[in-house]
Amino acid sequence: MKVELKNLTKKFPSRNKKERAEVIAVNDFTFEIPDGTLIGLLGPSGCGKSTTLNLISGLLKPTSGKIFFGEDDVTDLPPENRGVGLVFQNYALYPHLTVKQNITFPLENLRGKDKMTKKEMADKALEIAKLVQIDTLMDRKPSELSGGQQQRVAIARALVKMPRVLLLDEPLSNLDARLRLQTREEIKRIQRETKITTVFVTHDQDEAMSISDMIVVMKDGIMQQLGKPQEVYDDPVNLFVAKFLGTPPISVFHGTVKAGQLYIGGTAVLAVPGAPDGEVYAGVRPEGFVLDENGPLSCNLTGVEVMGRDITIVSTHPDCTNTEIRAIISAENKVDTSSSAVRFSLKPFKVHIFDKTTEERIRFAL
Amino acid sequence: MENKNRKGWLYLLPAMLFLGVFMVYPLVDVLIYSLEEGYNFASQTYTGVGLYNYSYVLHDPYFLQAVQNTFILVIITVPLSTGIALLISVGLSSIKKLRNLYQTVYFLPYVTNTLAVGLVFMILFKKTAYTDGLVNLILNFFGAASVDFIDGPYWAKMFVLCFYTIWVVMPFKILILTSALASVKEDYYSAARVDGTPKWRIFTKITLPMISPMLFYLIITGFIGAFKAYSDAVALFGTNLNAAEMNTIVGYVYDMLYGDSGGFPSYASAAAIILFAIVLTITCINLLVSKKHVHY
Repeated sequence: MKVELKNLTKKFPSRNKKERAEVIAVNDFTFEIPDGTLIGLLGPSGCGKSTTLNLISGLLKPTSGKIFFGEDDVTDLPPENRGVGLVFQNYALYPHLTVKQNITFPLENLRGKDKMTKKEMADKALEIAKLVQIDTLMDRKPSELSGGQQQRVAIARALVKMPRVLLLDEPLSNLDARLRLQTREEIKRIQRETKITTVFVTHDQDEAMSISDMIVVMKDGIMQQLGKPQEVYDDPVNLFVAKFLGTPPISVFHGTVKAGQLYIGGTAVLAVPGAPDGEVYAGVRPEGFVLDENGPLSCNLTGVEVMGRDITIVSTHPDCTNTEIRAIISAENKVDTSSSAVRFSLKPFKVHIFDKTTEERIRFAL
Repeated sequence: MENKNRKGWLYLLPAMLFLGVFMVYPLVDVLIYSLEEGYNFASQTYTGVGLYNYSYVLHDPYFLQAVQNTFILVIITVPLSTGIALLISVGLSSIKKLRNLYQTVYFLPYVTNTLAVGLVFMILFKKTAYTDGLVNLILNFFGAASVDFIDGPYWAKMFVLCFYTIWVVMPFKILILTSALASVKEDYYSAARVDGTPKWRIFTKITLPMISPMLFYLIITGFIGAFKAYSDAVALFGTNLNAAEMNTIVGYVYDMLYGDSGGFPSYASAAAIILFAIVLTITCINLLVSKKHVHY
């Protein structure tokens, strides 16, 4: 099922009654989620991603704009008639019901021609439980399950009615690091097997990048960029997106462009043909640094972290806005740790420059 | 280890001392009184030990009347007050405007003196030489004959007593239930809404089980409170409850001690022990039932 948002806007009245100002949680959203894809809504907390999810689910009514599922306008439909499955951040499993009862709960609400017999419900529940691999836990109460298992039950409950759209609100945030890795693979697998269009909200860029077919980066209710994870990473439209994606984060320098050359701290570090002269922010991805004895960028070496496969060089630079610069280079390089300075040259396609005032990307010819 | 143990007992001492002096000792004492036959309060002597006091009390028509009244009161007021309180609490939590105002209004009876409330009820229900009372005026308006609720037929009086009891115990129940309802996480309701759960099913399958611990707490304390009813009856019918046929078990105990026909601590003790046994039994049954139905 294709999901389409058209000029979707949601305003909340301000908590401060005197001001009468409105908080715009979602501002003029327009995008299309192709059928059968897993899309990640990504942004810092308070950016409106959960609100967007609740608008799609129908739990919230938009202030203006339209939502389409396929060709159907569902903007005014209540949640139960939209055919959505929703997984909550804290799972919201009914604590007094067993796993099986939790999963069959949505089925028991079916009336009329969809009404199912007890046997059909039990079969359906078992089928879904097998898909998420909890079929051996059917008679347990949620309190007797681990976080990861509870998560699977919540997904099973959302899937059991075969929704047209599956919505996941920060599904991994309550899990520990190891389970998180495992569960995100699991979500990807379940999504691939069921082919249900899935919207997935997270503030963790790692999570979003690793399992989404597409990501939407949001800030203050405004969509910043939409695209495949790697494309967004390689080609951010503005400074915010560049800084939000990637661990370790991009290193941002104060720089100047003069006659097609990028200067950092008075030194020409990279040729940027086609970029207009002026003050800029220059962002360099950690993998964009090349260890080079004669490199133009000189930084103060503070440490080296050997990670086996590669080395992280930690350094500082007076013109860098980050407190430290983390450069990742191959472990085959040898770093002179006794030296106080380290010199880099830069890979042009790993350097992005941004206008100092608008923070928009300035493109240059590679 | 030994030292630690002694310290622990030391910390427990104040509470144990108070409980011992004011709870355990009187309880044991009452039990002893109830077994001493022909006890004379003035000379502190008794003629024998046995179950005669129990036999006397159980054959006393006033006591049987009191037991009957108490049971009727319990059976009618506990379910009704809990049920109505639940309805009002659900109503309160589903409105937004004026919720605080209503909450305050519903809570007012709780902070009002029992006797003052009893006076108001007497004005509402009592028939005097000048007026038949407000309730009777309303009854007359609808074409029904006046009923003497305070000095009249047994069921009319029982109705007033139950009405009054329910009205008095309700605020506390509403208070507890509204906070229990407020503590049910919104997510459960959102999840149920997305699944298209009908309102009634949300109430019975989600809300009720979620607040069931509080509900059972109210039922158990409600039972205990109703079994110990006394002041409500006094507030409505005066101190001579035996004459009004409206005595309760606690009232009977009081009468046996201090009433006009009083001065029989042995009978009073026997009645008190019987009440204790009844309340204990009912509470145990309640707990057994609640184990089956209360979740968590």
